[in-house]
Amino acid sequence: MSDTAVAPHRALGLTDAEYELIVEKLGREPNAVELSMFSLMWSEHCAYKHSKKLLGQLPIEGPYLLMGPGENAGAVDVGDGLAIAFKVESHNHPSAVEPFQGAATGVGGILRDVFAVGARPIAVLDSLRFGELDSARSRYLLEHAVGGIGHYGNSIGVPTIGGELYFEGPYEQNCLVNAMALGIARHDRLTRSAATGPGNVLVLFGALTGRDGIGGASVLASAELGDGDADKRPTVQIGDPFAEKKLMECSLELLDRELLVSLQDLGAAGLTSSSSEMASKGGLGLDIHVDRVPLREPGMEPFEIMVSESQERMLCVVEPARVDEVLAVCAKWETTATAIGEVTDSGRLRVLSGGEVVGDMPVEALVDDCPLYDLKPEKPSAPIYPAPRRILDGDDPRDALLALLGSWNVADRRPVFEQYDCLVQSRTVRRPDDADAAVLLLPAPTDAGERPAIAVSIDGSGRRVACDPYRGTVEAVLECAANLACVGAEPLGLTNCLNFGNPEKPHIAWQLFESVRGMADACRALDVPVVGGNVSLYNEGPEGPIYPTPVVGMVGRLPDAARAGRLGFAVAGDAIAFAGPFQPSLPGSELAKLRGEPLPDGLSELDVAAVRRAQEVVREAVRRGELRSAHDVVEGGLAVALAECCLGGGHGATVDFRGAGADGERLLETLFGEGAGGFVLSGPRPALAALAREIRLTFVGEVGGDALSLTLDGGATLSWPLAELRSARERGLADAIG
Amino acid sequence: MRFGVLRFPGTCDEVDAQLACERVGEAVILWHGDRDLQGVDAVVVPGGFSYGDYLRVGAIARFAPIMESVIAFAREGGPVLGICNGFQVLCEAGLLPGALLPNKTLRFVCRQVDLVVERADTVFTNACAEGERLSIPAKHTTGCWYAPPALHEQVEANGQVLLRYAPGESFNGSLADVAGVRNEAGNVFGLMPHPEHAVDPLTGSTDGLKLFQSIANSVAAHV
Repeated sequence: MSDTAVAPHRALGLTDAEYELIVEKLGREPNAVELSMFSLMWSEHCAYKHSKKLLGQLPIEGPYLLMGPGENAGAVDVGDGLAIAFKVESHNHPSAVEPFQGAATGVGGILRDVFAVGARPIAVLDSLRFGELDSARSRYLLEHAVGGIGHYGNSIGVPTIGGELYFEGPYEQNCLVNAMALGIARHDRLTRSAATGPGNVLVLFGALTGRDGIGGASVLASAELGDGDADKRPTVQIGDPFAEKKLMECSLELLDRELLVSLQDLGAAGLTSSSSEMASKGGLGLDIHVDRVPLREPGMEPFEIMVSESQERMLCVVEPARVDEVLAVCAKWETTATAIGEVTDSGRLRVLSGGEVVGDMPVEALVDDCPLYDLKPEKPSAPIYPAPRRILDGDDPRDALLALLGSWNVADRRPVFEQYDCLVQSRTVRRPDDADAAVLLLPAPTDAGERPAIAVSIDGSGRRVACDPYRGTVEAVLECAANLACVGAEPLGLTNCLNFGNPEKPHIAWQLFESVRGMADACRALDVPVVGGNVSLYNEGPEGPIYPTPVVGMVGRLPDAARAGRLGFAVAGDAIAFAGPFQPSLPGSELAKLRGEPLPDGLSELDVAAVRRAQEVVREAVRRGELRSAHDVVEGGLAVALAECCLGGGHGATVDFRGAGADGERLLETLFGEGAGGFVLSGPRPALAALAREIRLTFVGEVGGDALSLTLDGGATLSWPLAELRSARERGLADAIG
Repeated sequence: MRFGVLRFPGTCDEVDAQLACERVGEAVILWHGDRDLQGVDAVVVPGGFSYGDYLRVGAIARFAPIMESVIAFAREGGPVLGICNGFQVLCEAGLLPGALLPNKTLRFVCRQVDLVVERADTVFTNACAEGERLSIPAKHTTGCWYAPPALHEQVEANGQVLLRYAPGESFNGSLADVAGVRNEAGNVFGLMPHPEHAVDPLTGSTDGLKLFQSIANSVAAHV
């Protein structure tokens, strides 16, 4: 069988060697039901077979950690007996094939992960990457992916409070849609997914099971995109946020009433993955009667029922005496619920139909025995990515700032984030654009009247990682932490989504290897554990791989929301300072991109300890209420950061750049160079002066007026009226997407 | 003073509305399948996507069992406030004039907007001053208020428009910048912006609280 060209296991994405191993584990050839289940459980998407060994480097212990990797979502302690559960996940390939439903179901899936652990979802963030916006395909993908995220998040009553959005050529065919969700629960309500208690009943509840999404994990998520992707549309699931809203309220009520032994959502690989994971974690077996599963269409085969990725379904384990109560709660929420199986002590996953066994596999073989592969990393000898297209000529810094503010990667994100409800649930203290991180109130004020809050940010720059997978990834982690520092939050935990190309290729393996090493080092340097995450590989099209894109989502806590930082200059007359160990450099920057420069081989060295120190000092100053604004320096360097501070607060500024040269490359580097560890701060001069004793800090100017004016060497000045800056920044995206 | 806040499947802003009501009185959640209004003094029909709003917005919720009681309560003069989806439901139920059409951009928009108080001598605006500007967020896809010319003329002549978007603030294309209208009797009021999301200085503004305070004031005056 294994030597024929059209062997079924190959069509399902399994290698001959993997097939032989399955035969060995079963002691016989698998039947069609078993083969389809193995092909999903042993896919890259479910088994992490090319990344698992690497991920072991990541630190997963920390003082605030409550639940680490392995559960549906990780969780950290935010005080007062409360936990925040969170996770980021990709839905890249479905979104590249059908952006509206792909993105919508990405949000639906990550929300289920969060309420599966017993937490009420309180926020969504999204991290999006598309090709350049002058391509009709990119505009189509952007419009529909954003529409899908809004449709799902808005309809279900969970605010979308932040995100990030970049446009780069290598994402043209293979866009990235990563969604992160956060939920809140009391510590004792955090729920695990392990099936326990032989004799307990397995109840499936939520939407009916149909033929949608069959083979999503193996066919879509674990192979490169190519011609004929339109044919893969049937493997994209269709989302129904109203069904999920009822499912969410139903699940939370079931947990409130303490009716469940364990709970698990159905995501990739549907019933196959959810049931075998539950059985594996409990060290037990399960019998599943597929003929009891409520179907959307008649005549579905047992294998189709086991692998369907129909959305908005959950699986729970219930003590027999509680089943009637569970069904009653589901009926109240108009959610179909059916007992479909039992927990056994057999250690086997058995699939039954009409009383007949149609599949019988050791749980361990399905979940744990997939072979793990070593990467064969090799640094490429020649550049992988073409130089970006040149769109800015000359070296006039005045033009450069306007071009940067209007560029798709820097321009105002309002046309996108206004399509999301960022307010529902009444927790949002800092909306998108108010500050570098979103800030959400926690429920209970302290005795002292303070309002504790959490802050969250999601970051990752693929182009910087493409220049230097190690340092680019370190920068992403540092930037996320810097965003939290700017609102006064201390990082508690991190979730990541590793979006890469085909890891079987040595140069992609090298990107992945170096990136994970960078993430591990950065997390250790900041003492922030990884609470869970997701890996998305094979993000390649016929024209090559995407930029390597590790996306980092970080959650922090601040003691008093009333003092949460803002990014905009607030009071005329305040002093402006640059703070932190920032070393601006042009290669790999946004300006270099606009000038069409090739990606450099490597980024400048970073002093991570000094960056951490600067973040701590900024965070403490924000918490003391001494700063009126804090903003970290990222895309477009100091000049763009200053412009954003001006526009954010509606105040101009006069800033001294003497010493940077009146023209030429050195001035451009000072104004627009990028790197980690820089902050633009404003506030009363004495408060800032006190910080200068702790970190590198330079007074550079004063808030006021209605223009951003820079003083250069030789008495020259550069000046932009705020209206001109605003117009450039507002039009960038709005003009492109209408 | 006790508010009842409706919950349909798919309602999203009911807890927010409950929290806002609790700043000026007590509040209970009323389940769509029940008929008992539990003796509340005022009813709030909150925002969200009742029954998924997969048909015309508000068209299914209008037939929920609880709505029979709300319609009877309104006919007897009880104060009823509809916010966003609640406004749409009350229009579908025939308790308020006009209808809500898709925004002129056909997109969902979430934005803090300025409203102008047209009248301050009403059940819902007595804590405001006439001409006062209120900063309250709006967030919807289907918020373009429309009425045929004769009906619109009548609504304006009767002074039923209580809130208008300030000049340049409307993103949905509403006729005559109407943000909120009441019925002829004056006891039922609906608006697209979300006053329940403007009750805490930490989360933006407190201007929305004035509408809840107004209801509490008028209930107290009638007790």
